[in-house]
Amino acid sequence: MTVPRFWRKQQSRYNLIGTTCSTCGQYFYPPRNFCPECRRDGKINEHKFKGTGKVVTYSIIRSASDQFSLLTPYVIAIIELDEGCRLTSQVICEIDAVYIGMPVKQTFRRLGTDGGSGAIFYGTKFIPA
Amino acid sequence: MVGIISYGAYIPRYRIRVEEIARVWGANGTEISKGLGVYEKSLPDLDEDTATISVEAARAALARRTVDPGEIKAVYVGSESHPYAVKPTAATVGEAIGATPVMTAADYEFACKAGTAAVQTCMGLVKSGMIPYGIAIGADIAQGEPGDALEYTAAAGGAALIIGNRDPIADLNYTCSYTTDTPDFWRREGKPFPRHGGRFTGDPGYFKHVLGSSRMLLSDLGTKPGDYDYAVFHQPNGKFPVRAADILGFSREQIKPGLVVPYLGNTYSGASMVGLCATLDIARPGDRIFMTSYGSGAGGDSFDITVTDVIDSDQFNRDAAPTVADMLKDKKMVDYAVYAKHKGKVVMME
Ligand SMILES: [Zn+2]
Repeated sequence: MTVPRFWRKQQSRYNLIGTTCSTCGQYFYPPRNFCPECRRDGKINEHKFKGTGKVVTYSIIRSASDQFSLLTPYVIAIIELDEGCRLTSQVICEIDAVYIGMPVKQTFRRLGTDGGSGAIFYGTKFIPA
Repeated sequence: MVGIISYGAYIPRYRIRVEEIARVWGANGTEISKGLGVYEKSLPDLDEDTATISVEAARAALARRTVDPGEIKAVYVGSESHPYAVKPTAATVGEAIGATPVMTAADYEFACKAGTAAVQTCMGLVKSGMIPYGIAIGADIAQGEPGDALEYTAAAGGAALIIGNRDPIADLNYTCSYTTDTPDFWRREGKPFPRHGGRFTGDPGYFKHVLGSSRMLLSDLGTKPGDYDYAVFHQPNGKFPVRAADILGFSREQIKPGLVVPYLGNTYSGASMVGLCATLDIARPGDRIFMTSYGSGAGGDSFDITVTDVIDSDQFNRDAAPTVADMLKDKKMVDYAVYAKHKGKVVMME
């Protein structure tokens, strides 16, 4: 990931800032500037998610690229936020502790680093609530 | 009066027993544990560092009380393990709590007392009317070279205090400091691990400055140890703070709630501030707290604090974030192999 590409999405990654369409009530994360449902009638506003939700489904990662190999085995899950939109994130817990429907909440972690001397990228992951 | 508006601490879940570290080095773990008064220490997860610990502590403080992040006009993070040599941790914290962009920020370094130096800076800015709120953080993922004595205690954790003057939960009545140039402990630029002056760390370092600063506060205010309900001292191990309390005339009961090092380890810049948070976790309105931090190199900062009625009011919700005791209980023990993997990540960053 390049530094500028990450930086543009930084606020959204740090604080789970997405968008909502006030016409139909849908929430979007990552943020969308256009509602696929309402199209031209959609009214998009910024929304800071509460940061709580539940695991919809998950997978255990046992081998990963160099950057993430130290973390293995770890849990990647699709999480449905309480507001009703879905995102993919690591869930930090023992691999045998995760289950479908598990309540989770946001936490602030390192997402990765650009090698030993490059930038450190921070953002949101989830832990059991 | 200027005071603590809210507070929050963060301790990573992983722990290793001092005996387990000693086993690897063929040392007598039981003896070492007893000698240090430390039984377990925390270590960060692979994706945790001083910035993530600082953010979690700051968010815990904001969970306990509604403070408009836009009114937090100063963020200071004291640490000796900032993730970057150049690029402020404080800016990352500011962004992650929504305080950016109208704020001042800086990273502080003064060995283990950089966090309390940040508290003093915020007190000055609030008292002078320059800012409504400031946030002062002390956090570390402490480094100790494998096999070195420091490895038994170097731990991870941190605490955040929101400082302001609108209905504080605890008044910061007074602060003073005692500082000299003392070579008891250091880490050179670019080196991953600190060095220490052996015997130099006790009397000329810790005790001279902790006692010097503490006695100065008692003399300046004309107070006695018996005037305080609780006392918190910097805690590099379980022995030094107890001895300092004994010498000054504070009882074991007074220091008990804030003495978290036996099952946490030394969180360096976090140490005295996590101890203060543990004390605020159980404090009642009217309780008076004495605190002295210590930073090698060397200096001590002392504080006289009185808990107010606000701590029990609707303006403040202590239960909205975990207590230090909660976090000490919620732990996962690891062996030296897992610990080494976690440490490996830390060293790679240098
Ligand atoms: Zn819509």
